[in-house]
Amino acid sequence: MNTSSISNLADKAMPEPSTRKAEAPSARNSTPQFNVAMAAAGEQNATPVIVEAEKVDLFYGTKQALKSVSIPFHQNTISALIGPSGCGKSTFLRCLNRMNDLIEGCRTEGEVTLSGENIYAKSVDTVMLRQRVGMVFQKPNPFPMAIWDNIAYGPRLRGIKNKAVLGEIVEESLRGAALWDEVKDDLKKSALGLSGGQQQRLCIARALATKPEVLLMDEPCSALDPISTLKIEELMRELRSAYTIVIVTHNMQQAARVSDTTAFFLLGELIERGASAKMFTDPSDKRTEDYITGRFG
Amino acid sequence: MAMENPATSQIPVAGGAATLGSVAKNSESLSATRKKPLEIALFWIFALCAAVTVFTTFGIIAVLVTESAPFFREVSLARFFGEKEWAPLFNPPHYGIFSLVCGTFLVAAGAAMFSLPMGLLAAIYLSEYASPRARNIMKPVLELLAGVPTVVYGYFALLFITPLLQNVLESMTPTLQRVTGNPNLFPTIEVFNALSASIAIAIMTLPLVASLCEDSLRVVPRALREGAYALGATKMEVSLKVVVPAALSGIMASFILAVSRAVGETMIVALAAGASPKITLNPLESIQTMTGYIVQVSMGDVPHGSIGYQTIFAVGLVLFCITVMMNLASISLVKKYRHKYD
Repeated sequence: MNTSSISNLADKAMPEPSTRKAEAPSARNSTPQFNVAMAAAGEQNATPVIVEAEKVDLFYGTKQALKSVSIPFHQNTISALIGPSGCGKSTFLRCLNRMNDLIEGCRTEGEVTLSGENIYAKSVDTVMLRQRVGMVFQKPNPFPMAIWDNIAYGPRLRGIKNKAVLGEIVEESLRGAALWDEVKDDLKKSALGLSGGQQQRLCIARALATKPEVLLMDEPCSALDPISTLKIEELMRELRSAYTIVIVTHNMQQAARVSDTTAFFLLGELIERGASAKMFTDPSDKRTEDYITGRFG
Repeated sequence: MAMENPATSQIPVAGGAATLGSVAKNSESLSATRKKPLEIALFWIFALCAAVTVFTTFGIIAVLVTESAPFFREVSLARFFGEKEWAPLFNPPHYGIFSLVCGTFLVAAGAAMFSLPMGLLAAIYLSEYASPRARNIMKPVLELLAGVPTVVYGYFALLFITPLLQNVLESMTPTLQRVTGNPNLFPTIEVFNALSASIAIAIMTLPLVASLCEDSLRVVPRALREGAYALGATKMEVSLKVVVPAALSGIMASFILAVSRAVGETMIVALAAGASPKITLNPLESIQTMTGYIVQVSMGDVPHGSIGYQTIFAVGLVLFCITVMMNLASISLVKKYRHKYD
């Protein structure tokens, strides 16, 4: 975390970060239904690319965990990353908001761009980056504080102090995560008292509260029961109109159900990538076929 | 079977018989009692060891109560808690415990003022900021500090801290006179004073606070930190707004433990804080703590069985009650602030 983060944070200290809109002339609002057509056509370049990974190599110490992975992510789509455990899909996901920076001895090479800007450039402030690229983790990780404070945490970091403004963001985010009706009377209660599924939706709401452009989800349903899983999948489909979602999942039915495109990883390499409809019915690579039909992995 | 009993392999019939025999033996072993005596013996050995600690506690309470009973027959509770002076060996004697309690808390509060914030900040550094290399060097060194005998700290306070404080105060005197506009102001620090004892106790309890706080900061799940980082929090915001609140129960417990160590600390105050019980909030004066008084009387030539001698049990009882209350407070605070992570 460099020292410039504080001044950048101050720059961002406004309810609606107008700088962001200038950087990313959003096609988000103009083409809400695009992805449907795109998925049907199996076309990749329907909406503009928002995040693009270019020849990403990643090393843990001397061990190479990712080998020259290149994937473009289009705006307002859901992209699934699948593959057996240890194939590097989660590692790759964490490259997209530089969460791997927190791991000792982890080195990333290549380029990842967000709206054309290389996020690994020296001048980039990870604090700013992570406000634009939100993340939801495998295990729900609510902070040990009230529900309200959990959601308000991100906006407060950006310097929003006005209670009324924060309250609006809290409601909006909780509604966005389909949790508002369940918790609206308990906003002052500890988030740790919620069920696992509710906690995970709280974490999604918390990520939405910083108004990110991209939402990374690292196996968000693996610790949840089927009903909670369905709720979150439904939620993802709703969020697609406003966000770009990248999800890592072990559940291939889930990938097929929710995603527009799917990328298959094996041993740190990207094996195949394409429209989910095609990937799960007619994969071009033998290894993909073996994996999705359950022959290994 | 053949491996266990190679002789039978040549005679298949005998081998078959042996197999049958061993099956029979296995079914018997359900009611086998072979291991039981050892199990029972071990149970009692473990239980006894656990019981020793409980019995010791009750033994101490019993001694304190029975030995201080004659004192309280002589001196009413109203005098004990109401009088302003503590001078049991003078004539007429005074038994106002409050002067000793005041001394104890003056020293303990002074020590806490230094050691609690510094210990917590050191712990945050060690847990959140230090590189593994730095931590691997600093933590053992810090814990070494905890192993220094308190008598060494006592001499350190008396022969190093006090002269240092005297020098500092002397050099500050002209400034103080100018600031206050009083040319006759000569603040003095006594040879025995509460402040240097406080500082020494602070140094003594610092590693305890730092080490325990660091332990409780470190067990805060990594997922929680990552969650905060993913929201765009800086390292400082993650440390202060997420990790510290999440570790609050452990931090509280370490604070209370440190304060009760300071309250119970004996050698440092006996050497450096003096032996003049009084009710004061001035740390530059000589005072006496409860522990300091107990040392003075039990080492001195007060005849056993006299009322003067029995005072130490009364003082001990008060000290014991204070530490028990602090422990109870610690337990309830830990319960209140504990967050369960699985």
